[in-house]
Amino acid sequence: MAYFDAASAEPLHRSGREALLAALDEGWADPARLHREGRRAQLLLDQAREATAAELGCRPDELSFTSSGTQAVHLAVLGAVQARQSAARGPGHLVESAVEHSSVLAAADWLARRTGTAVTITGVDQAGRADVTEFAAAVQRDRTLLACLQSANQEVGTLQPVAEVTAACLDSGVPLLVDIAASAGRMPVPGGWALLTASARKWGGPAGVGVLAVRKGTRWREPFPADDRENRRVPGFPNVPAVLAAAASLTAVSRERGSTDTALRALVDRIRSEVPRTVPDSVVHGDPAARLPHIVTFSCLYVDGEALVTELDRAGFSVSSGSACAAGSGQPSHVLAAMGALTHGNVRVSLPRDVSAAAVSEFLDALPPIVARVRDTVRAGTAAAPASDPRSPDPRGAVKRPGR
Amino acid sequence: MSDAPVPVADQVLDCTGMACPLPVVKTSQAIKKIEAGQVLELLATDPGVEPDMKAWTGRTGNELLGIAREGDVFHVLIRRTR
Repeated sequence: MAYFDAASAEPLHRSGREALLAALDEGWADPARLHREGRRAQLLLDQAREATAAELGCRPDELSFTSSGTQAVHLAVLGAVQARQSAARGPGHLVESAVEHSSVLAAADWLARRTGTAVTITGVDQAGRADVTEFAAAVQRDRTLLACLQSANQEVGTLQPVAEVTAACLDSGVPLLVDIAASAGRMPVPGGWALLTASARKWGGPAGVGVLAVRKGTRWREPFPADDRENRRVPGFPNVPAVLAAAASLTAVSRERGSTDTALRALVDRIRSEVPRTVPDSVVHGDPAARLPHIVTFSCLYVDGEALVTELDRAGFSVSSGSACAAGSGQPSHVLAAMGALTHGNVRVSLPRDVSAAAVSEFLDALPPIVARVRDTVRAGTAAAPASDPRSPDPRGAVKRPGR
Repeated sequence: MSDAPVPVADQVLDCTGMACPLPVVKTSQAIKKIEAGQVLELLATDPGVEPDMKAWTGRTGNELLGIAREGDVFHVLIRRTR
């Protein structure tokens, strides 16, 4: 069995697991209380905050723990925009790339519907890289209150031009939200951000922990009913054991990055070169060089993505897919669509840190016959489609010559 | 679609109600049954059909003349090039 969906959730790092088990005994109390147990929990929370802030390049008081990456993004977008909206400015304008995580797109859409904020979604190239010129031009529009650009794409791994966009944002006095969920613990954190968001389960921490950092001097206002927790940025009692485990994992994976990334890059390079060679009518997406170390995504023509994921799972390989048929929403990947890439027959392979070269070899051996089998099934289904009958309404799937 | 006159389809392929990858599979089969220069109109409701037909025509060299949407139905016009 091989788990290749680390971009959704990296298995919990052993350092995080040890910290979690220890903290369940030591850090269960309410850290806001003054009694001994509360002080102990507060001490652990402070340690976690300092360690995480050090890894992410911010001050501890700039960093708040959330209950997920999605919650961090929602708080970042809503809090930054609503703090800068005014009677004079009006509902303002927000800029985001077309390939941001769905949580960014959803928060912007929510603002548009609830407060009338204008939203500009800027394009990407065929590799999924944001168009800097288009993005910078959009940022320069009047009353732009926030710009959002991820550090790297979660589906195809392409790195984004954050440094170039940062310059445009600084010139225009527009705060930049950089969502580093896909790259945290795997790449250096880009500079120039005003708001930063991440998700612990993607770096090898536990599920249920996200990170929101608001750079000192950035205007931000709590968008929901205020709460004293987490610098008044996040409502609710923090999960101290999980937060401590997230911090321990981040410290460990950052320390190990030099060795793991080299190995992951080589394995991804191998998948990128072998799949188009061994699987007919397949195409690999994303930038081949300027990319995350562990993600590779490809699509196979004439293949049912859901069936492909199911067959791979049956063969012992856990992968994800951006195909509409494999998505709970029934919609194809907005990332692939923005890139103009094939959305069906899509597979995302994201390698965990402890993946073996043998597991990747087994996957590469298993993939071509599985794709061929799924294709045969699809073709058999189309061959069984009803023939066109000129006396009856056009059956679906039938070709007809239109009347002239 | 551009402002240019809309080409008249020589054949229509109705794939409404079908999920990916059937619209692309059936299009690849149907395009082989028309002559080079002729136009196929694909009708489909699958939400992935727009990016997929762009990618498919780009890969196969057939010409994507335009994609229009009426309600839930995408009308995709493709000219066979060879």
